Amino acid sequence: MGISPVLWQFLINWLHSSALFPAEASTIAPYADALYFFLLIITVVGMAIVGALLLVFSIRYRAEKSPVATQIEGSTLLEATWTIIPLAIFLVCFVWGALLYFRIYNPPTNAMNIYIVGKQWMWKAEHPGGQHEINALHVPTGRPVQLTMISQDVFHSFSIPDFRVKREVIPGRYSTVWFNATTPGTYHIFCTQYCGTLHSEMIGEVTVLTPADYEKWTQESTSGMSLAQNGERLYASMGCNACHSGSASARGPNLAGAYGSKLALTDGSSVFVDDAYLREAILNPSQHITAGFAPIMPTYQGQISEEGLIDLVEYLKTLNSNYRVQQTLDTSQSNTTAPEAPGMVKP
Amino acid sequence: MPKTTYINKEQGILSWLLTGDHKRIAILYLISITFFFFIGGAFAGLIRLELLTPQPDLVSSDTYNKLFTMHGIIMIFLFLVPSVPATLGNFLIPIMVGARDLAFPKINLLSWYLYVVGGCLTLAALVLGGVDTGWTFTTPLSTHYLNTHIVTAATAIFVAGFSSIFTGLNFIVTIHRMRAPGMTWFRIPLFCWSNYAASILMVLGTPVLAITIVLVALERTVGIGIFDPTKGGDPLLFQHLFWFYSHPAVYIMILPGMGVISEVISTFSRKRVFGYTAVAFSSVAIAVFGFFVWAHHMFIMGVSNYSALVFSLLTMLVAVPSAIKTFNWIATLYKGSITFETPMLYAFGFIGLFTIGGLTGVFLGSLGMDIHLTETYFIVAHFHFVMVGGMLMAFLAGIHFWWPKLTGRMYPEGLSKLAAVVTFIGFNLTFLPQFILGYLGMPRRYHAYPPEFQVLNVLSTAGATVLGVGYMLPLLYLGWSLKYGAIAGDNPWQATGLEWQIQSPPLTENFTEIPYMDHEAYDYEWLANKTKHEVTTVG
Repeated sequence: MGISPVLWQFLINWLHSSALFPAEASTIAPYADALYFFLLIITVVGMAIVGALLLVFSIRYRAEKSPVATQIEGSTLLEATWTIIPLAIFLVCFVWGALLYFRIYNPPTNAMNIYIVGKQWMWKAEHPGGQHEINALHVPTGRPVQLTMISQDVFHSFSIPDFRVKREVIPGRYSTVWFNATTPGTYHIFCTQYCGTLHSEMIGEVTVLTPADYEKWTQESTSGMSLAQNGERLYASMGCNACHSGSASARGPNLAGAYGSKLALTDGSSVFVDDAYLREAILNPSQHITAGFAPIMPTYQGQISEEGLIDLVEYLKTLNSNYRVQQTLDTSQSNTTAPEAPGMVKP
Repeated sequence: MPKTTYINKEQGILSWLLTGDHKRIAILYLISITFFFFIGGAFAGLIRLELLTPQPDLVSSDTYNKLFTMHGIIMIFLFLVPSVPATLGNFLIPIMVGARDLAFPKINLLSWYLYVVGGCLTLAALVLGGVDTGWTFTTPLSTHYLNTHIVTAATAIFVAGFSSIFTGLNFIVTIHRMRAPGMTWFRIPLFCWSNYAASILMVLGTPVLAITIVLVALERTVGIGIFDPTKGGDPLLFQHLFWFYSHPAVYIMILPGMGVISEVISTFSRKRVFGYTAVAFSSVAIAVFGFFVWAHHMFIMGVSNYSALVFSLLTMLVAVPSAIKTFNWIATLYKGSITFETPMLYAFGFIGLFTIGGLTGVFLGSLGMDIHLTETYFIVAHFHFVMVGGMLMAFLAGIHFWWPKLTGRMYPEGLSKLAAVVTFIGFNLTFLPQFILGYLGMPRRYHAYPPEFQVLNVLSTAGATVLGVGYMLPLLYLGWSLKYGAIAGDNPWQATGLEWQIQSPPLTENFTEIPYMDHEAYDYEWLANKTKHEVTTVG
């Protein structure tokens, strides 16, 4: 980044020890802080210029020293100067900010996925291996983690200030954010979108562990069933196989291999089958009829909770012969790689 | 004091409540908005008091949520939006363009009554138990998950919105059609340009807010489902509709203040405003660009990355005209003859604080930075810097500048200077720590917070106490001056502008004869020649 990493570390640690600056605990944090320092410098320099001019002119041209004012109409050159220079500076801020934004919101393809369900007034984290956490999140260092998030009620927002990441958690559709934690420790999780009475109690802790400690944690915290196994049970109890049996004459499309594929719909459009699509298809099937099939799937709106939908989606991921979820209770990470969706970047 | 003024021309309360005189309506507005300012301010005091300690121990969570909601609603809709336009704008714009009144005096009175009804409905919502949606009424929280008096508050804002629309309409028509002979567009004071630009925003933007809160009310009462994902609706749609007005609203709030600053800087430098044309066009540019940036309030809310990109770029563009104005004001000081009366102190405070507020807006408009900063105290600090450090200071500058014209009296200069300095110090102590809290990650609208944030919160509350003193002082000495203040005379500041060439307070009809404008705005040479040949009237 043009500045020695050792020097940067020193600066950040010194700032953090003053209790006036957050820790840098993710790979993206230094990038965010670099932009922040740039913006701060511009602000300080801008204020210095404005302040100095105000001071100097006030003293030099005070009435006692300057009894008669000189009437000046203006100067096109000056107008152009102080239009173009601020514009140029602001455009630099725009480009830099845009690059950072795309970095933060485009996850790498090898990110491990954890589901977050927000509801008034708590956070639930669901690891694919079946570990469930409330107002807590355990993650390993050195591994990109993608959070797939949804709200059960109102807008919330999931924020980990020390990682410099935050994203709105929306009712009705998934939103995602990713990070790669660098330093073991505990860090704040805040809900940052006002969501009612106990908005300020909707807080938690993300615990970052070394990979070894993290393995130990996943083994100790399993609930007995992975999300996919829960989903398999739910799939059977809801009777999905009645139509999605996989046979040639089935009433519903074959779901094996559906996740990650491109699907043609009856209206001629084609969609990429990701988590969001699967969830939508379960809740609102009449809008998403696969080409060649009749619009007879009933909606499951109100019958399956967001956690249930997550379980089903995880299960459907396992029906892909290209992907395999380690069906053991000992892991919270799928060995799956997220399918290449538009917007993802190679690590 | 002159024998006949707009104040003593007709006596009795009904002559005020049924007046068509723009000056009396301005005073009616001034009394009402001051009343609501102190209510909103009291709520702010309670909020800061609660935040002295990390625990939620002063009030219940529901009460706290109502406090910040009502603080926001009152301060924005019942104070800041009408502050300069409805008081100083109403009073001065006709005089500044050489007219006897606004284009539609009865609609002007109606706009005040609509404001009062909106204010009463807000008080009703308050007394009935309050509203806790946040001033932003985010759905589906406000439509499905809260049981407070939301429809009452929404109705209040709906009604008050029409007050704003009618004021804007009046200003636009007046400035277009009622300028005195010789008063070309580029001879009107910059105060008129700023209010004109704000009026365009009022007229075009406020109806969108009105419709949006009607939709919220319908969603609550009838359940139409437009914002309800379980019915196929989209909660993000509300955000688009709401911010489509509420972003231009911030320019509605600041533009008239910028107009005040132009007048004050010019007068107390004895110099024409540097770059009149640039400043005039900047006001219009802010108004136009202001309509194209609303989604910068929604960068992390699920808009597409590319949409965010466009809005971020436009946000950077809208920052430029404000910078242009700031540099033009500073250039006006160059080779001026500067004195530091109270309005000038407030104007200097404005320039400093508005620059900080505006530049922190660039932080927030920068996409990747906004991810970390949005929804934290950084945002709270940013908008208080522009709205309070900026706009409220400009309002106080304007009130102090034109107080002699409105009332015929001067206020005590020593006390008013003290109040200006106290306000400046209190303001910085209150809001600078909040930038730091924001970067640390402290979320906004939090009733309780982690203990490591306490020191900064205590500093902020200390500042708020000082700030409160700074705001109480003008209430006291301006009130005192009505009876005991020195007689001001027509032109105590030796300012240009048609309002300073007539008596203080003015006649009801403003001018004995309609002036012919034969000189440019801020023509100090014309003023010098004029006063050489005139006997100054002393009251």
